[in-house]
Amino acid sequence: MVRRSGQALGAAAASGLDPAPGHIDHTTLRPPSDRLPQPFRLPVPVREHTMNNMAKRSLSEKLAILSDAAKYDASCASSGGERRDSRDGKGLGSSGGAGICHAYAPDGRCISLLKILMTNFCIYDCAYCINRASSRVERARFSVEEVVHLTIEFYRRNYIEGLFLSSGIIRSPDDTMADMVRIARKLREEEGFRGYIHLKTIPSASQELIDEAGKWADRLSINIELPTEQSLKSLAPEKDARNIKQSMADVRLKREESRAGKSWRGKRPARFAPAGQSTQVIVGADLADDRTILTQSSDLYASYGLSRIYYSAFSPIPDPAKALPIKPAPLMREHRLYQADWLLRFYDFRVEEIGGASGMLDLDLDPKTAWAVAHREHFPVDINRAPREALLRVPGFGTKTVNRLLAARRRGLVRYEHLAAMGAIVKRAKAFIIAPGWAPRGLLEEEHLRARFAAPAEQLSLF
Amino acid sequence: MHEVVLPRIGTVSAWRAEARKLARAGVPPEAVLWRRGGAAPDLFAGAPLQAEAAPREIRVSKAAIDGIESALYHSDPERFARAYRTVLRLSVGQAVWGDRSDPDIAKLLAQGKAIGRDVHKMHAFVRFREVAGQGPRRAFAAWFEPEHPCLERGAPFFAKRFGDMDWVIATPDLTARFEEGTLSFEETRAPDRPPEDATEDLWRTYYASIFNPARVMVKAMCAEMPKKYWKNLPEADLIPGLIEGAEARVRAMAETMPVLEPDRRARALSDHAAQVLARPAPEGPVATLAEEVRTCTRCDLCRHATQAVPGQGPRDACVMIVGEQPGDQEDLRGLPFVGPAGQVFDRAAAVAGMNRSAVFVTNAVKHFKFQARGKRRIHQRPDAGEVEACRWWLDLERELVRPGLIVAMGATAAEALTGDGRHMARRRGRIETLEDGTPVLIAWHPAYVLRLPDADARARAEAELAADLTIARQMGEAGQAPASHAAAAEKSPEIGHLRER
Repeated sequence: MVRRSGQALGAAAASGLDPAPGHIDHTTLRPPSDRLPQPFRLPVPVREHTMNNMAKRSLSEKLAILSDAAKYDASCASSGGERRDSRDGKGLGSSGGAGICHAYAPDGRCISLLKILMTNFCIYDCAYCINRASSRVERARFSVEEVVHLTIEFYRRNYIEGLFLSSGIIRSPDDTMADMVRIARKLREEEGFRGYIHLKTIPSASQELIDEAGKWADRLSINIELPTEQSLKSLAPEKDARNIKQSMADVRLKREESRAGKSWRGKRPARFAPAGQSTQVIVGADLADDRTILTQSSDLYASYGLSRIYYSAFSPIPDPAKALPIKPAPLMREHRLYQADWLLRFYDFRVEEIGGASGMLDLDLDPKTAWAVAHREHFPVDINRAPREALLRVPGFGTKTVNRLLAARRRGLVRYEHLAAMGAIVKRAKAFIIAPGWAPRGLLEEEHLRARFAAPAEQLSLF
Repeated sequence: MHEVVLPRIGTVSAWRAEARKLARAGVPPEAVLWRRGGAAPDLFAGAPLQAEAAPREIRVSKAAIDGIESALYHSDPERFARAYRTVLRLSVGQAVWGDRSDPDIAKLLAQGKAIGRDVHKMHAFVRFREVAGQGPRRAFAAWFEPEHPCLERGAPFFAKRFGDMDWVIATPDLTARFEEGTLSFEETRAPDRPPEDATEDLWRTYYASIFNPARVMVKAMCAEMPKKYWKNLPEADLIPGLIEGAEARVRAMAETMPVLEPDRRARALSDHAAQVLARPAPEGPVATLAEEVRTCTRCDLCRHATQAVPGQGPRDACVMIVGEQPGDQEDLRGLPFVGPAGQVFDRAAAVAGMNRSAVFVTNAVKHFKFQARGKRRIHQRPDAGEVEACRWWLDLERELVRPGLIVAMGATAAEALTGDGRHMARRRGRIETLEDGTPVLIAWHPAYVLRLPDADARARAEAELAADLTIARQMGEAGQAPASHAAAAEKSPEIGHLRER
């Protein structure tokens, strides 16, 4: 691996910035099977790192450190994008269509990609991040070859759909981005890898590097991190919201450029980052309310054509920064934000309609039911006559149910008892609809309508 | 009664052929007994067929065939009879595919979905282990236990994905073999679990490390990775330990006291970051002002837009063109008049013989105001407060450039400059004078031209815009030469004034 000469820095900083990447040590790649970790030991204690324990890390130790450091990125999507396969026998991998979750961790999150950082050394000091410059977490760095090796070997064993590579910022944004691009290029060009690659782009990296990243990667993403510019400024002093938005704008422009020229179907798939771009926002690390978060989301979807926005409830990290709230955000808040996000994208809801007067989503009630309970004047909806938009607003009806319902209406009258087979959650929907065989009677006027849906009060456990 | 014994390999295509044959012979569904067994396609039990009903040709939609064939991989012994019965009913129109109120169709759909899920889980949970191969291709093997005998439906996926390696997937029912690019199936004789592979250790390390102990959700995990698959997943034996240890790890995190003062290394890194991120100072007064415009937070629009779009053009321009506000493309690119309206402007300027690089092009409002609608941004007209807030920048640009003539395109620009944005139709093409004596030519906004529904009206408006720009060019040329050079010397103090701010 070619290394650039580091810039002149204090000795301590230089050691932190530029660890020896080292080549693959094959003794660590294939340990004898009697070294199976039983019971499993987690090699990631938080302790002061020194030059010594850094140089001798095995691949397994690096993997432990650098995947532990990557887990706060929620994205794991591997769907969409270009259709590729290796039926010709000249490469490895396939992609396009629905993604596959190859495993699930006990946190309920899917494992679809090898999600790692290239390095967790970082010159930035973002308070919410485990890898910030002032954190005492153990540091490691993969060489380009190691990342390629892990990706290919994991992929061949059908553990993963591809690679999700992010990185702390070492030396400079451009240096970091250049190394990440090198990994993607090597995978595609030398290994013939046709699986999925998701690259995190580094804010303020040069345009040429982003252009090349989009050529190799299926998806590019850059995290907006926080709901407002002010909180970003206070929690992540080195990051700049304008820079981040600018970078998303560039990716959108590049994608539009790459699909220029009409195909016979009228729309050519983008060749630049074919699976689009996404972002992540941390919930609960600042004081922003749900309305602010969702307004930002709807702006971002409209402005940059994002495929997804991920909401990550701020969760405690080892070695926390003093600027952070002590109490983690309830996971339910994150869940409600995802539900609201879906309402915005697939159910024609507008931000102003969600979240009621307080600007916060109801934790006890999903946002669609909450809206319906507050807007009873729109109900009951006649399932045989109502337009699509009205059906989409019925709690318990999803987009698929509505499609099936509309298709069934063409065949004849749809009865109440048909609804369950169409995928509707009848228990939820019944107060809001009329159908042959059903009338809600007093249900809708009931005083305790909200209580029918809200879960009984329960203390949310914090830990 | 006919007994049809379908082969264990190629069951579904054999069913399809048999069903067609039986329908053609007019055999009613209740007269057939279906069974899966036998090893090869030649083991059919073949009594001569006796017609008991009218012969039929099976004609069914492709979606129905796909759905039914998927359901045929289910382990339900009734599946073949149900499918035969249903295709006969579908082909005479007694049933409609997709009609979930029909019990047979509902069952087929449900079983087809179960197979879809089982196949998907096969694609997800097969774990290959490397084995000794022959020749240059690497070889891998896996043992997998699906819920239904659906290997034949699931295996082509692996042939597409792992085209450059040889592999074997053994299941209790069949074994798929992919060698030198050829996929074949055989019956599994004995369960064959390949020996453990060293990379599994790395995978387990990864699995344990990617788990976030602060958000244990075992139910969510088990819903997607049901326990029945665990026995063949190398990472599954870590799960109990991870769940058990999670609480202690979270408690340890909560008890860690934050560091109040960053250490020497952190301080050095922070200095380094500041050094790396330092931007070069803009060169020249136009760039300096542009940089200041970009940091504007004078109104709320900056929270939604990508960036402020400062004016563009030479400092000694004689003509300043003022539009309303940046649009979608301008917001993304950071340059004024580069979107569809910009193209109209460029066209009109070309007709007028105006050189765009010689004029100063800017907007009355520097941020894009829009309403988010799904994946699009709908332009919104800036309100008086926003125009007023942004006049600060327009005034500074005017002070900097000191144009001999300003062209106000559209009502917003007219309002920002003259304080009055009304009666555009009456005022267009006329020259008004500002307080400081600068003449302002009122013109259509290019976006107004674009929005006109009638093609003739559009052409007329565009011609009027071009005519106005022609006047502007002529006035600019007339007022140029000595006057502007003299003005350049006068302007210098302004730069200092800008920097001080």
